[in-house]
Amino acid sequence: MSARSKDGRAAAPSRVASDGATPAGQAARLGDWPLWEIFVRSKQGLEHKHCGSLHASDARHALHMAREVYTRRQEGVSLWVVPSHLICASAPQDKAGLFDPAADKIYRHPTFYDIPPEVGHM
Amino acid sequence: MDMHQEYLLHLADNALILGQRNAQWCGHAPVLEEDLALANNSLDLIGQARLLYQHLCAVRGDPACDEDRLAYFRDAPDYRNYTLLELPHSTALVPTAAAGRDFAVTIARNFLYATLMELLWEALCFSSDSQLAAIAGRAHKEAQYHVQHAGDWVLRLGDGTAESHRKLVAALACLMPYTQEFWTPSAMESAVQRSGVGVDMALLEPRWDAQVDAVLRRAGVARPPAGGRVSTGKLGQHSEHLDFVLTEMQCVARAHPDAVW
Amino acid sequence: MQPARAAARTSDDAPQQARFDERIRAEGKIEPQDWMPQAYRSTLLRQISQHAHSEIIGMLPEGNWISRAPSLKRKAILLAKVQDEGGHGLYLYSAAETLGQERAQMLEELHSGRAKYSSIFNYPTLSWADVGVIGWLVDGAAIMNQIPLCRCSYGPYARAMVRVCKEESFHQRQGYESLRVMMQGTPAQRAMVQDAVDRFWWKCLAMFGPPDDASPHSAQAAQWGIKRVSNDTLRQRFIDATVPQAELLGVRLPDPALQWNADTGHYDYGPIDWDEFWRTLRGDGPCNAERLGARKHAHAQGQWVRDAALQHARKQQARQYREAA
Repeated sequence: MSARSKDGRAAAPSRVASDGATPAGQAARLGDWPLWEIFVRSKQGLEHKHCGSLHASDARHALHMAREVYTRRQEGVSLWVVPSHLICASAPQDKAGLFDPAADKIYRHPTFYDIPPEVGHM
Repeated sequence: MDMHQEYLLHLADNALILGQRNAQWCGHAPVLEEDLALANNSLDLIGQARLLYQHLCAVRGDPACDEDRLAYFRDAPDYRNYTLLELPHSTALVPTAAAGRDFAVTIARNFLYATLMELLWEALCFSSDSQLAAIAGRAHKEAQYHVQHAGDWVLRLGDGTAESHRKLVAALACLMPYTQEFWTPSAMESAVQRSGVGVDMALLEPRWDAQVDAVLRRAGVARPPAGGRVSTGKLGQHSEHLDFVLTEMQCVARAHPDAVW
Repeated sequence: MQPARAAARTSDDAPQQARFDERIRAEGKIEPQDWMPQAYRSTLLRQISQHAHSEIIGMLPEGNWISRAPSLKRKAILLAKVQDEGGHGLYLYSAAETLGQERAQMLEELHSGRAKYSSIFNYPTLSWADVGVIGWLVDGAAIMNQIPLCRCSYGPYARAMVRVCKEESFHQRQGYESLRVMMQGTPAQRAMVQDAVDRFWWKCLAMFGPPDDASPHSAQAAQWGIKRVSNDTLRQRFIDATVPQAELLGVRLPDPALQWNADTGHYDYGPIDWDEFWRTLRGDGPCNAERLGARKHAHAQGQWVRDAALQHARKQQARQYREAA
């Protein structure tokens, strides 16, 4: 949490005056809009799929931007936006520990079961 | 031209002229994501204009009439859009200020107009002109989104930096007097209200006031006065700016008057 | 083909490199968190970001004509197309950012002139017909380039390209269709189309880049599964596909040496002016200053808007902390 000024508002970063303008009157950069990862559920019944990222100033903005960028051609049913830095990912070198045990449990895979063709599509 | 047709022209011209203005940002917006948003806004408006022009042609029953004849081969005095919508994106109101596009003016104008149109399209869903009611149903959804988009930006600019606040205040001060035209009675609007095609704008005014007030309050912006001379674009008496807009829009079509595209 | 210079290796890198090489050999995908050679990362970053820049710059020559489109239908189609190009730029910046560089940094490279973009956009659009020709030829050439990239070894780039290619076919079709209507129209319209073709044909052939033996990056890129088809092959494919389209349109392609060769099964074509290509690519084309100038102007003029949004977001967050406290 950033330091607070006496009226309780978070102090702005020290390189910029609190109103965003330097004494010379020219606005100093406040930095760039944060990056958000976008997930779209394109149809009821499907799960959200990661489709890319975009820059937006806050979550509401990110949702609106995601609509403009990632649902132009189909009616996206649901959008999730997550600040990129909040996503925790498994590290590739952990793959063995995390995923290999599942490879032994082949009875989870549908191809393990021999279904007679007369049963039809399953 | 009867009042019903003139009213359709008014609605269509509003959409086309603002769509044309907002499309000027394409490739030049403050951030790439916003380029896409403004393009969507413009596409919605151009789409509304097309539906309305096509409907007008059907009402007219004139086979020589089509959407492009209406858009490209009328001069400024025949246009019925609000003056607000033809103004450049600049408080200086300099006509060819291509380099001086002010995002605050764009947002303020979109906000004032979309707040109106969200209310108007909702009411027009009950128009006695069933095709207009159908168009209104679709346009209302689009207007809801436009209000949200513009309203969000009014908040960001009003409650952003000192500079953005200043620019928004200046933009609103410049544009607010043009909103008087929304509420000033006209023969066209009175006629369609009586026939059931249109609505009583006086009923919409207090709701528009309240919604504009609410957003501006949250944005920390005092609402500027809307007094002085009332603009007359919907009567066909425009500012100097419309002719520049039309000249650019119509030049290729008019250079090839018999061509099909 | 010569392998690229090996990056400095530590003893830890060798098994990583072997795993990487094996995955490439097996036509698998490399994802953002996977180990990758530094040169692979930097090559991809350059290629993807320059591809993104091309989409953004590409909005300008066609965007010029949105306000003057001669029918409402064409206006809407063009606006949607240019918007798509912005969207493609976004997907590509997004893919490039997974390699560890921020968009602001990439834009800085573009605006300073260090980063390149597709040089076709350094030529002016002088008539409405140019819009149709760009859709038919420039997007047609881009599609040729982009389809193989859908199988690129780097996952985010491949996925972005799949999305782009789906949208791109609309672009080429609408361009060709609008030219067909013009070619069936007035003499002035037909002359406009022919003039546009005369100006853009050779520039489009040059879009595929110089013959591969003159391109230093091609060999390594091929090895890494980034570049899968040679420049000359793509160019030949494009010509072979386009000549019949031109015949159907009724336009003449401005190459007296263009001729079907029954022995090779391809069209022979005349020499490309590579000096002009390099001159333009290096900054001395007709519109380089305008294109970069427009982007720098938009970026600079938009700074206060971006700052306002960020400042507002911070104020909101601070208020929420206060309320929660």
